[in-house]
Amino acid sequence: MERRLERIDRGIKARASGVFALSSWREMLYLSAPRLIPALGFLLLPLVLDNYWQKVLLSMAVFALLAISWDILAQTGMISLGQGLFFGLGAYCSGILNHSLGLHPLLAVPVAAILGGVISTVVLLPVLRLRGVYFSMVTLIIPLMLIRIIEATKIFGGTEGLSGIAPLPSKWVELYFILSVLLAALFGFRRMLSSDYGLVLKAIKDNDLSVINAGINIYWYKAQALFIAGSLGALCGAFMTHVYMFVGMPVFALDYSILPIAAAVVGGPGTLAGATLGAAILVPLSEILRGIGGLRIVFYGYFLVVFIVVLPEGIFHYIERKYHQFDRWVEVE
Amino acid sequence: MFFGTIIYALFNTAILAITALGFNLTFGISGIANFSYGAMYILAAYVSWMLVHLLGLPFWLSVFVSIAITMVLGALIYRFVLLRVRGQVLSEVIATFGIGLGTLELFQYLGFVGFEYTLPVFIDDSFMIGDTVVDWQRLLITIVAGMLVAGLWVFTHHTRLGLAFRGIAQDESTALTLGIDSDLMGMLSVSMGCGLAALASLLIIPLGSISPSEGYDVLIKALAVCIIGGLGSTGGLIVASFIVGFAERFTDAYVGSQWTMIVSLAAILIVLVVKPSGLFGRQKELAERI
Repeated sequence: MERRLERIDRGIKARASGVFALSSWREMLYLSAPRLIPALGFLLLPLVLDNYWQKVLLSMAVFALLAISWDILAQTGMISLGQGLFFGLGAYCSGILNHSLGLHPLLAVPVAAILGGVISTVVLLPVLRLRGVYFSMVTLIIPLMLIRIIEATKIFGGTEGLSGIAPLPSKWVELYFILSVLLAALFGFRRMLSSDYGLVLKAIKDNDLSVINAGINIYWYKAQALFIAGSLGALCGAFMTHVYMFVGMPVFALDYSILPIAAAVVGGPGTLAGATLGAAILVPLSEILRGIGGLRIVFYGYFLVVFIVVLPEGIFHYIERKYHQFDRWVEVE
Repeated sequence: MFFGTIIYALFNTAILAITALGFNLTFGISGIANFSYGAMYILAAYVSWMLVHLLGLPFWLSVFVSIAITMVLGALIYRFVLLRVRGQVLSEVIATFGIGLGTLELFQYLGFVGFEYTLPVFIDDSFMIGDTVVDWQRLLITIVAGMLVAGLWVFTHHTRLGLAFRGIAQDESTALTLGIDSDLMGMLSVSMGCGLAALASLLIIPLGSISPSEGYDVLIKALAVCIIGGLGSTGGLIVASFIVGFAERFTDAYVGSQWTMIVSLAAILIVLVVKPSGLFGRQKELAERI
């Protein structure tokens, strides 16, 4: 007897998503719960967690933002293997702004985010003409090379880095700043990707020749996506500089490149919520596994491979499907 | 000084060429960018080291065994990982990158770092050309690199398997209609690429010591050479090796050794701005790169 899996939309989904006059609290809850739970969760969690787990939440938010930035680039068909570039540029910009010019951290972070975005766009501008794997190769190389340049030229403190950078006013400002940025980025960019503008970006990934055919300058759009993703990554770097009160060569480390990719792939690429979910799973997990130390990256590396092969759609898409549809086995006639 | 620099630039060229050959082969045939290439390079050296020091095998035997092990591993990676994500560039890149990263960091974690992790040179002797000391190992690398390039050319132009490789590279679906199994060819290409990485590692590593961080450098070097030369083009690979090899050695001699890596980056960026498909990249130029 042969069977196949049949998937049917839940009745509540058919009612709630098609008809715009919602008729019951249950339907409203069905639509709003997936959005309210993360929003309220991120805003309330800092109040119940102790000091240590607040730090974990903070780094989770940073990695979630990096994963969102990676996902925006991936949606435009640019697979970056070097998120560390954006992170590092932002970190150094903010460090220099604060260290040399004495800018207040709350001012230095946004300025560094814009500045980092501009610099990374300019650096990657010649590479924009490349597609697919060629782009990945170059993004993998650039952060590793930048480490060597800083080593060789001894600019910006060389191997020592810059220390004594001013911290943010208090830990509550730190936490709520990054969490509100995360929520704004998550919902804002999700909305952006589903608008006409986002449609163009996604079309570049799917078939750039036909986008060119439609009379759209894809390099201009790619540069914009790069700027958005670069600024977001630079913001994380700038923020972490003020949390650690230090900036040095570790900001270009592989951690900042591999973990966002892992988060986006595990969570499910394509929806920024997946990237956030991935970070929310992986970062606490790696805190629990702190005992294994250096084995963490090993674990991430192989975890990625398993997920790519076994569950390529990611956890978020899986949950989303279960939420909207039920499935049953039916006999094939 | 000048003459000696030229000789060592030639050796550097040979080292770069032999390093990039395997990566280029895999990409040229199946279009898979094997980001675990550096890990395979390091893995072969450690396997050989372990065979010599833990099992007491003679070095020449361990060379064959470790190349064989690396090739089998490459085939397994293709069969169980890459085959399932074939054609999706994103997944291929992430999967091979994950394998490479995991393997290199595993060696790092296990503490395989230090000066005792070296491999013996094949011929421990040197001679003088003018006033430059030349050791046999570097000469051997140059000779093997030349032989490999020539051998690969003959292989891809005059054997059944080599012609099948080129068929798959040119047009996969047409090759399928002629009875060429593209999965088998893909597996062989990854496997042979890994084997070449192992060969390169066993020749080059004796000049220094084995360390996991070397794996990233090898990957970067291979990528740099391939991007400059144009991926999948053997002629481009050789020319790019000459360019990078000479540029590196001359900056090393006349500017400072810490600048050598920066020269490669500058070379990549300049080539990408001027000619995005690389110096000799013609293959599928329009469709793949634009």
